[in-house]
Amino acid sequence: MLIKMRHRNRLVLILFLLGGGLVVALLLASAFGVVTISLPDILKMVLNKVAIFDFPSTWRAVDETIIFQIRLPGVVGAALVGAALATAGVLFQGLLRNPMADPYIIGTSAGAALGATIAMILPINLTFLGFGLVPMAAFIGALVTVTLVYNLARVGGKTPLISMLLAGFVVSALLAAVISFMMSVSDRLGLNLRSVYLFLMGQISVTGWGQIVVIAPLVIGGIIGARFFAFHLNAFSLGEEGAAYLGIEVERDKILILALGSLLTAAAVSISGLVGFVGLVVPHAVRLTLGPDHRLLLPASALAGAIFVVIADLLARILLAPVPIPVGVVTAIIGAPFFLYLLRRSRREYAF
Amino acid sequence: MMDLQIKQVYFSYFDGLVLHNINLSIEAGEMVALLGPNGSGKTTLIKLATGVLKPSQGEIRLDGSNLSRLSRKSIARTMAVVPQQFHIPFSFTVAEVVTLGRIPFLKAFAGESAVDRQLVTNALELVGIAELRERRFDELSGGERQKVILAMALAQQPKLLLLDEPTVHLDITHQVEILELVRRLNAEEGLTVIAAMHDLNLASLYFGRLVLLKEGRVSTDGTPAQVLTEDRIKEVFSAAVKVEPHPVTGVPHIVVTPKGSATKRR
Repeated sequence: MLIKMRHRNRLVLILFLLGGGLVVALLLASAFGVVTISLPDILKMVLNKVAIFDFPSTWRAVDETIIFQIRLPGVVGAALVGAALATAGVLFQGLLRNPMADPYIIGTSAGAALGATIAMILPINLTFLGFGLVPMAAFIGALVTVTLVYNLARVGGKTPLISMLLAGFVVSALLAAVISFMMSVSDRLGLNLRSVYLFLMGQISVTGWGQIVVIAPLVIGGIIGARFFAFHLNAFSLGEEGAAYLGIEVERDKILILALGSLLTAAAVSISGLVGFVGLVVPHAVRLTLGPDHRLLLPASALAGAIFVVIADLLARILLAPVPIPVGVVTAIIGAPFFLYLLRRSRREYAF
Repeated sequence: MMDLQIKQVYFSYFDGLVLHNINLSIEAGEMVALLGPNGSGKTTLIKLATGVLKPSQGEIRLDGSNLSRLSRKSIARTMAVVPQQFHIPFSFTVAEVVTLGRIPFLKAFAGESAVDRQLVTNALELVGIAELRERRFDELSGGERQKVILAMALAQQPKLLLLDEPTVHLDITHQVEILELVRRLNAEEGLTVIAAMHDLNLASLYFGRLVLLKEGRVSTDGTPAQVLTEDRIKEVFSAAVKVEPHPVTGVPHIVVTPKGSATKRR
């Protein structure tokens, strides 16, 4: 039925459904934790804040504090991380035409991890806009590494995508080796191995609205920017030359798409460490279900990624409560079987 | 109408000169085939004409404007390109692929209009693949795919169509269908066509002007009768062939004879 509908109606319906799903996921994720707070109460609290409503308080004052000061920033952070990584995944897969491409493929993850690891051993206690040194170093490390990879792959005014994949792979391997080395001499460096481990596994670490206020505009702006390139990415399906024949300024748009994808990834990584699988699996899953047109793929992936990480983060918090599991472990454990299911039942196959 | 002027163009890749002093003037409404052995520079010349490669020396003018100064978008609004084949990694439907041809005309956040959809339908019908519309591109045969790519190019409503050995992997039915269609568009709508061609006989049958390349230089430029002579073909392709008039149309027809074949008595 969905296939037969006119394009625009279908797009609106799908995004509406996914948007509704995200609201439900956000509410559910806010309700559960060390203490459970009822869904109607959460709804009333939120509506009291944002609109003309004035529901009588049927909840404890501490519940309101938990929701607004702890739960909501955390689940909104999870949603931003998921949306950013899924969007970046679509950008990188579309541009690189590679099924294994994910937001981390050209070195963002290794750069962020090295930046974070170095920050962990520095005896500096710095805070900027609510961010400590580790997230800032992760953000900067990701962007510096992508810039390095891009320039390493650049030959004679062009940056062939395949060179960039290879340069990204090699630089990532090098940086990973440096991190491993630092971990192996952690005693001398005063490096807390558990912190490194949690960063590498991925853990939503939002401590309040301060970080959200900085990250949300980056992520939302990045997603809108990405949507601007929907046609360009469709054209890139034909390869770099084919895209040029359709009027795409290939080298310029390549830089812009890479920059957007890297910025989104860096923003996500700075509040969550390296949450894996989202940027790889969500774009594939959405493409297998809804088709490869980036006009729908981009916003649908952003919403689906947000739902996925919000739910994964919820499970990570409650499964072994009060001990949290790294969210990256959960995304892989639920993501992998779900993706295999989609891959096997889908009619839209891959011809990579 | 679109004309293409190639003036004193040289081109080299990293490891040597590929094209030497190419001068070609292609007028609007012409139908030109580029011929030559593998490595003679046909594909490079097509890519220079598309603007994705820039001449090392010399210049190419599209309707009077220097090609390397035009934006990709303005080039794509007048020129469409059909390469040997496209590999599309994602599972687009045929209609979705043909709709890609409207990209040079679309605004960033707007969808395609009723006009765009109509042009896609027209292109599908023109190429004779309307019934493939909802099929998936990656499930089609090579000949069908090439027709889809041609339909995509036509959805661009080009005035100049460049084809790089468009029929090289196709069976004879698809080869003829594609060339028939291109010739019809040339005759009826004045579409200027430049195609790199491998098959000398098809080029002779379908193109009014042939440009024969040898080692990156223009060897001969003229009508099939002027270009496809036994001496020229021996010189450029190092192949001994016989050239006879085509039994129906009278254009030159190249006949290859295996070595050591006995002469058939008539």
